[in-house]
Amino acid sequence: MKETSPFQTRKRVFCKRLYRCRMLYLMILPSVAAVFIFHYIPLYGVQIAFKDFRSSLGIWDSPWVGIKHFVNFFNYPYFTKILWNTVRISLVSLSTFPCAVIFALMLNEMKDGKLKKTFQQLTYAPHFVSTVVVCSMTILFLSRDGLINRIIGFLGGEASNLMAKPSAFAPIFAITGLWQGLGWGTIIYLATLSGVSQELIEAARMDGASRMQIIWHVNLPHLKPTIITLFILQMGSMLSVGFEKVLLLQNPLNLEASSIISTYTYEVGIINHQLSYSAAIGLFNNLVNILFIVTANAVCKKLTEVGLW
Amino acid sequence: MKSRHRLKGISLFDVINTFLVVLITFMIAYPLYFCVIASFSDPTQVGAGKTLLWIKDFSLEAYRNIVKESRLWVGYRNTIIYTVLGTLYNLVLTIPLAYVMTKQRMPFHNAISWFFFLTMYVSGGMIPSYLLMKDLKLIDSPLAMIVGAGVNCYNMIVARQYFAASISQDIYEAAYVDGASELKCFTRIALPLAKPIIAVLTLYYGVGHWNSYYNGLLYIYKAKYYPLQLVLRDILISNQTITIDAAGDVESMKQMMANAHAAEGMKYAIIFIASAPLLIIYPFLQKYFEKGVMIGAVKG
Repeated sequence: MKETSPFQTRKRVFCKRLYRCRMLYLMILPSVAAVFIFHYIPLYGVQIAFKDFRSSLGIWDSPWVGIKHFVNFFNYPYFTKILWNTVRISLVSLSTFPCAVIFALMLNEMKDGKLKKTFQQLTYAPHFVSTVVVCSMTILFLSRDGLINRIIGFLGGEASNLMAKPSAFAPIFAITGLWQGLGWGTIIYLATLSGVSQELIEAARMDGASRMQIIWHVNLPHLKPTIITLFILQMGSMLSVGFEKVLLLQNPLNLEASSIISTYTYEVGIINHQLSYSAAIGLFNNLVNILFIVTANAVCKKLTEVGLW
Repeated sequence: MKSRHRLKGISLFDVINTFLVVLITFMIAYPLYFCVIASFSDPTQVGAGKTLLWIKDFSLEAYRNIVKESRLWVGYRNTIIYTVLGTLYNLVLTIPLAYVMTKQRMPFHNAISWFFFLTMYVSGGMIPSYLLMKDLKLIDSPLAMIVGAGVNCYNMIVARQYFAASISQDIYEAAYVDGASELKCFTRIALPLAKPIIAVLTLYYGVGHWNSYYNGLLYIYKAKYYPLQLVLRDILISNQTITIDAAGDVESMKQMMANAHAAEGMKYAIIFIASAPLLIIYPFLQKYFEKGVMIGAVKG
C-alpha cells in the first residue's frame, strides 16, 4: 500500500468537505451572482473617474486622463460652497443624535408597561412614511398659509415662507429627520436598557440615589457602547446625507444652502451626462466618508475604548 | 424612596416625565393626524386653518377628485407589483444565503462572508451603477425596480443570527447521518422553523420597495412604469397640474381660490392614500419589526 503524506491526506479531507458542501454552494450561487453583478461590477466601473468615458469605446478602452476630473471638481467655483453645505447639513442632523437616547431613557422610566408600549408604537409611525411624503408634508406645512405659519402666527410671530430661506434649510432637514427617526431609534436603546441589572438599581436606591442619579450613573453607562457604535456609524455617512430628501426639498430659492455634493453628482451625471466627471465627484464623496468613519472610530477608541474595530 | 413629592406612589419625577413623553408623542403623531383630518374636511376650511383639531365640514371631495387621477392609480398598481415581486426576489436570495452562512465549517466560509460584508462599506456609486443598468438594458424597464443586488447585508445578518440561535447544528448532523441531503435539511428542517424571520425580512424588504424612490428616479423615465413614489413627487412636490373639475367661471377670483384649496385638499388625501397601507399594517406586525432590530443589534 502506498504511503500517503500528511499533506495529501489533508487535501483529500478538504476535498471531501468541499464535496459534502456542494449543495450549500449551489444554494448561495444565485445571491453571489446577483451581488457580484449589481455590486462588484459597478466597482470596476469606478475607473471611469480617471478616464474620459465614451460609451462608444466602453469602460476599458476609454482613454486615461489621470486626475483631470478631480482637479476640475476642486476648481469648480462652488466647490467649497457645496462641500460646506454638505458638512453643515450633516452636522446639524448629527446634533439631534442625543434625542433618541434621551427619549429612550424617558420611556424607560415610565412604570405603566402598557402605556409605555402604546406611546412607543405611536412614535414609530413616521418611520414608515416615505421620503417623498415626508418632503411634501414639509412643503405643505411650511407654505405661507401652512400649518407651521399658523402656529407661528398664533404665537405672535411673523409668517414667512421658510422653504425659501436658505438659512432654514439645514434645520428643516434635521427636524424632519428627527421626526421620522426618533421613535424608531429608541428601539435599540430600550432593548439594551432592559438588560440593566435590577439588583444594581435596587442597590443604588438603597444607597439613596435619586431617579436622576440612577439614570445618570447606572442606565447611561450601560448604554454607552451602543451609543458610541451608532455614533460612529452615523459619522460614516456624514457626506452621504439623504440625497433623496435634499433633492426633494430643493427649490431655486434655497439652492444656496441646499446644493450638496450628491445632488451635484446627480445633476452633472444623470441630467447633463458628464459621466466621468460625475463619477469622480462620487468617488471623492466616498473617500471622504471612509476618512470620516476611520477618524471617528480612532477618536472614540482613544476617548472611550469602544470602537467598531 | 427619598422623594418628598410622593403622592400615592407617584413622584413629581413621574408626573414631569410622563407629561414630556405625552408631549413628544403628540408632536410626532400630530402631523400625520392633521393630514388625515384635513383630507376629510372641506378644502376651504383647511385653507382657512379651521381643521387643527377635528374634521370641519366633512367632505369626500378630495377623494372624489383623486379617483379621477389615473396617474396615481397606475403608480399604485406598479408599486404593488414591484413590491410583491421585488420582495420575493429578495427573500429567495437572502434566506438560503443566511442559512448557509451559519455553516461555519464550510470551506471558504470566511471569504464568502467578507464578499457580502464588504457591500456595506464600499459601493460603486451612482454613475457606475447607472452605466451597468444601461449595459443590461434595464433603463426604463420595470425589471430595474425588481432585480438588483437583492441581498441587504444587514438583513442577511439578522436572518443568520436567527438560524444560528434557534436551530442547533446537532439536528442537522443527525439528519445528515440519516441520509438527508443539505438541501433537504434546509427545506425540511430550517425553513419550517424560520417563519418569524421570514416575516421580519418580508416586512423590511416590503417597506423598502413600497417607499423606494431612488431607483425609480435614476432608472425609470416612462410614465407608465413610474412607481408610486415618482408619481407622488410629480403631484405633490413638482406641482404638476392636477385634474380638478373647473366647472363654471374660472375667471372669478373665488373660483381660483377654491381650485387652489381643492388641489391642496387633494394633496392631503393623496398623502393619506399613499401611506395608509404601511401605517395600517405596522401596529399588527410590531413585534416582528422590533425583533429584527434587536437580533441585528446583537451582532452590530
